[in-house]
Amino acid sequence: MTTFAPGTFKPAPGRGSLPRMLFVHARTEAMLTLRNGEQILLTVIIPLALLVALSLMSVIPMPEPRVGSATARIFALAIISSAFTGQAIALGFDRRYGVLKRLSASALPRWLLVAGRVCGALVVVALQIVLLAVTALFLGWRFPLAGLPWVVLLIVLGTLTFGALGVLLGGALRAEIVLALANIIWFVLLMVGGVALSVPVGFVHLLPSAALAQALETSVVHGTAPGVGPVAVLVAWGVVAGALATRTTRLT
Amino acid sequence: MTQLRAHCPDRLGCVLVSPNPQPAVEVSGLVKRYGSKTAVDGLDLVQQPGTVLALLGPNGAGKTTTVEICEGFRSADDGSVRVLGMAPGSEALRPRIGVMPQGGGGYPGIRAEEMLNLVAACAANPLDPKWLIEILGLGGAVRTPYKRLSGGQQQRLSLACALIGRPELVFLDEPTAGMDPQARRLVWDLVGALRDDGVAVLLTTHLMDEAEALADNVVIIDEGRVVAQGSPAELTANRPDDQQLRFRARPGLDLTLLSAALPEGLKVREATKGAYVVEGMIDPQVVSTVTSWCAQQGVLAEELTVAKRSLEDVFLELTGRELRS
Repeated sequence: MTTFAPGTFKPAPGRGSLPRMLFVHARTEAMLTLRNGEQILLTVIIPLALLVALSLMSVIPMPEPRVGSATARIFALAIISSAFTGQAIALGFDRRYGVLKRLSASALPRWLLVAGRVCGALVVVALQIVLLAVTALFLGWRFPLAGLPWVVLLIVLGTLTFGALGVLLGGALRAEIVLALANIIWFVLLMVGGVALSVPVGFVHLLPSAALAQALETSVVHGTAPGVGPVAVLVAWGVVAGALATRTTRLT
Repeated sequence: MTQLRAHCPDRLGCVLVSPNPQPAVEVSGLVKRYGSKTAVDGLDLVQQPGTVLALLGPNGAGKTTTVEICEGFRSADDGSVRVLGMAPGSEALRPRIGVMPQGGGGYPGIRAEEMLNLVAACAANPLDPKWLIEILGLGGAVRTPYKRLSGGQQQRLSLACALIGRPELVFLDEPTAGMDPQARRLVWDLVGALRDDGVAVLLTTHLMDEAEALADNVVIIDEGRVVAQGSPAELTANRPDDQQLRFRARPGLDLTLLSAALPEGLKVREATKGAYVVEGMIDPQVVSTVTSWCAQQGVLAEELTVAKRSLEDVFLELTGRELRS
């Protein structure tokens, strides 16, 4: 028989501090992503390999210097990998293992459950971008610093839009179906969605992938503000996906 | 104390009233339907603060649905539910309760201590996660990701998550499912310690011994309705004419003579092969009649016991013996 000193479990309830909850939740999310080998392959290894390949080989027609355009497109791909595919799969399996239910039974407010995931995703994206940017500099990329605020804004906007799309997919379907769909969609966007291996034609301009790649290309290569069109496309996809996701996301 | 005195002017005949007489859980007329199936059908229950209440019922009786409505995971179709006087699921209520969902919950790749640290960060005065990990015997699995923990280990981590915020009220949905006997004992000891420290515990179980050992009050539910409630002692209380004398002897004895020798109102039967039961008001005379009849038959009555009803007898009587899908 295990005995406990009287008063061990004397009630002393209360909610923890909001900044600390947000910090620990975001740190947990980022740490779990970085520890996951498949996620690293998808979010770091593949984009890095493609960055090198696109910069050094003429796979698709791109303006010289190729590395500038390639960097912009690979930034877009890295965001899609992490915020959309990675987030969708993680959410699908988190639901399977009951963690959303577990956390929503704690004192963690609902908005913080979302905010923690968003901050965790932003941390991972920031690390990806730094790693890719350093690699690009070694490959000869010259970044016009005037574009920095625009690039940062686009990275945040892209993460939010694709994050919302990822939650929309990962929050409603069974984990195995999410896994399959998230990877297929990633591949389709990469090949024909105007991201890295294609030039947008026709309606492809209206895809968030093409919009993000095009907007980033403007700011990364020329250091100027992105066009209103691509930004509007991104915002529209993000708002619609976010609104739908709040209705369709289930805890388990 | 001064507040209490204000209610009793002459201090004589004054009953010490708890400053917070509000029930921990109060459910009345609760109804929940899933499509055409009514899972909970007008259920009422009241749990006093600092007590252990066991919701006992067969599979599909509506236990989990009821608890999940109290936890705020599901909405009621009808009736009212108050938890610590508040609406279930409200942001103000959640820090005050601890929840152990059925089957637990955690990130697939997270380690036990990381999960517990995360839940601890949500509380103002958490227990020490390291201590809780050791107490619950998870010290040997600190580097194992959640998805590779055994069912019983996941359950124990889930219990730790329910307790770490020092709640006033804990919901434990099938807390010992998938646990080995040692872990089960530990959970029982923990529930006892919680009650001793004034924490109310509402648990669901289909295990009679668990309900009998832990609960101040047992609510037996079946098909979404309360079929009986009371303390284990009340539920198993013997009516004077409702006792059993059991013994084992050679199978197939002719009971006609024994029947005739017993006082009126007592029934004797061979319940299973070689196991005999006399039902009714058992007194020393009855025991003597049975043993002398056995002597006449030249058989030895073995394992002769006078038994009161167990909670299991009560449960099976109320909910029937057929298996549930």
